[in-house]
Amino acid sequence: MNQKKRIVVIGATSAIAEHCCRLWVQRGPVELILVARNVALAERIAADLRARGGQAEVSVETFDFLSTPAIAGSVARWTSQKPVDIALIAHGVLSQQQPCQDDIERARESVEVNGVSPILFAEAFAGAMEHAGSGTIGMIGSVAGDRGRRINYVYGASKALMDRYAQGMQHRFAGSAIKVVLIKPGPTDTPMTADQKARGRRLASVESVAQGTVDAIDRGTAVAYLPRKWQLIMFVVRALPNFIFNRLNI
Amino acid sequence: MRPVSSWGRLSAEPHQVTALSDIATLADELRGKGPAIPLGRGRSYGDACLNPGGTLLDTARLDRFHSFDPETGRLVCEAGVQLRDIQRFMVPRGWGLPVIPGTQHVSVGGAIANDVHGKNHHRVGSFGHHVRNLTLVRTEGEVVDCGPGVRPDLFAATVGGIGLTGLIATAELQLQPVAGPWLDTEILPYRSLDEFLTLADDSESLWEHTVSWLDCTAGSRTRGIFLRANPAVDQSRKPPSPRRLAVPVTPPLPVFNRLTLPAFNSAYYQLNSRRGGAKRRPFDTFLFPLDDLQDWNRLYGPRGFYQYQLVVPRDAGPAALRDILDIIARSGQGSFLAVIKTFGNRASPGLLSFPAPGITLSLDFPNRGARTERLFVELDAVVRAAAGRLYLAKDARMPRQLFEAGYPRAAELAKFRDPGMSSGMSRRLMGH
Repeated sequence: MNQKKRIVVIGATSAIAEHCCRLWVQRGPVELILVARNVALAERIAADLRARGGQAEVSVETFDFLSTPAIAGSVARWTSQKPVDIALIAHGVLSQQQPCQDDIERARESVEVNGVSPILFAEAFAGAMEHAGSGTIGMIGSVAGDRGRRINYVYGASKALMDRYAQGMQHRFAGSAIKVVLIKPGPTDTPMTADQKARGRRLASVESVAQGTVDAIDRGTAVAYLPRKWQLIMFVVRALPNFIFNRLNI
Repeated sequence: MRPVSSWGRLSAEPHQVTALSDIATLADELRGKGPAIPLGRGRSYGDACLNPGGTLLDTARLDRFHSFDPETGRLVCEAGVQLRDIQRFMVPRGWGLPVIPGTQHVSVGGAIANDVHGKNHHRVGSFGHHVRNLTLVRTEGEVVDCGPGVRPDLFAATVGGIGLTGLIATAELQLQPVAGPWLDTEILPYRSLDEFLTLADDSESLWEHTVSWLDCTAGSRTRGIFLRANPAVDQSRKPPSPRRLAVPVTPPLPVFNRLTLPAFNSAYYQLNSRRGGAKRRPFDTFLFPLDDLQDWNRLYGPRGFYQYQLVVPRDAGPAALRDILDIIARSGQGSFLAVIKTFGNRASPGLLSFPAPGITLSLDFPNRGARTERLFVELDAVVRAAAGRLYLAKDARMPRQLFEAGYPRAAELAKFRDPGMSSGMSRRLMGH
């Protein structure tokens, strides 16, 4: 019996995804399919994972993340011969709010890359996993999706789309062996947040967020705030009445 | 600009921190940068990794492995990889780093640039002895390879060169076969410096790791705990998952002070001499006890602390150490973390490498301003008279004359320096 886990990572150059992969290769034999837009970087990540894990089989693929035929065809290809155990959907860009307001083309890009594309992947994997009868879909959302705020509501709304979509799929697969896991990291120390760090903001370490992600995927946790304190913070933020919330500069 | 402190927390000057993340574009990113100095994990205690008002080249994200050959044990990786990561991934595969300092939380680049040593120096030498090759990226935009066989002069300047010859981008390391994570350890109390030296000499041929804690409140009539370890033959037990505690806040005063220190030292001595003897322990709790206490440097309070680490030659050593311990006892400024070890005779690979045949002693002192500096001036005189030197990775204050006396080859570094690299330490000790 081949015990090798098959894991597909969409957006494999995301720092959280890369650190999840490091944890997976450390655990034992694994087959990783890294899907990324930046192939040169993904190849370096693949080399790193091969060097770290003696029994890691790592390949790199790329295609247009907004092309539905490419998404459907690739997912069908990955799942046709052997089932995929885990699909981690991690791609995205932290788009700035102001450019999206100045040019609605930027807003469209942000919503498509951060919201539409991930749910298309999720839907494609859901169909294949339903057919196979098992599998886990992990999606990297964000605390920014919990309530719209003036500083990042285009990005936040894209993540909110993912949130509701994951919720619907969890309802669909309730009681089955298929798990849908939504990860909601707070601000994390990654290249995406380099300017926040430069302004002296305290960020969660990417290692700890990746460990939490891998654990949540193992357990099939429906929604995981990472670090955990963000669950409480976002509960309060969501509960604030508008007359208070709208006066806050958060 | 943001405030950056090194491990000693003596200063928090503003720095321009540039996070390097793409190994492919380093040469372009570094071109014309300066004055700059590479920053690894910031674990050097003083100003070797600081550049007040200037740029720090943060290598934390240059943390990828490039290749590993399970036949030969050669690992090529980027400079920002932490030693802990190498151990975590390689020990289960039967390979490990030959040299690790007192903490695993240092980067490969930092370990080379400070030519760090471990508790097995008498067996394997220092970190630089196990570097086969490295790639330097210089601020002129030049990318140069060097190693023991390629441009050995540049290599000798870079090993222990505290970042001044350029940014170490990648390194090829020779790992050593390891049986597993367990060590057979022995704890032996001793009651005098001579007893320590006898134990050290007797242990060197049969024990891979030796180190010792010493009670510095007792002056030259010191006592201590000698620790030695060998890889265990039976590696079958599963290693326990580490328990990590953290120091959550900085206490307003140093936890170890004149009043508490004798009690801490006595308790530590009594506790360990009672539970002395042989025991099987995981390598990380034996070799890196302080890694289990995150942010322990906060214990020294808001003004930070100095670590004074010296090496003195074996002949003059015992007398010099007695003087040093008496001076410390008289000053009433002792430290809890006092570590003594004998170095082996292997010649160090770098122009500015610290290890030299003899005895090394390292001591922590809470920063009490002028009082502490007066103590250091007295200690400096003993070190200098004994033809010893201080460790650059720990130093934040040694006078230039002591540096020049302790590191006679320092002048040779000049012709290999990257003109764009400069640190607080290089300006203090070399003038630029």
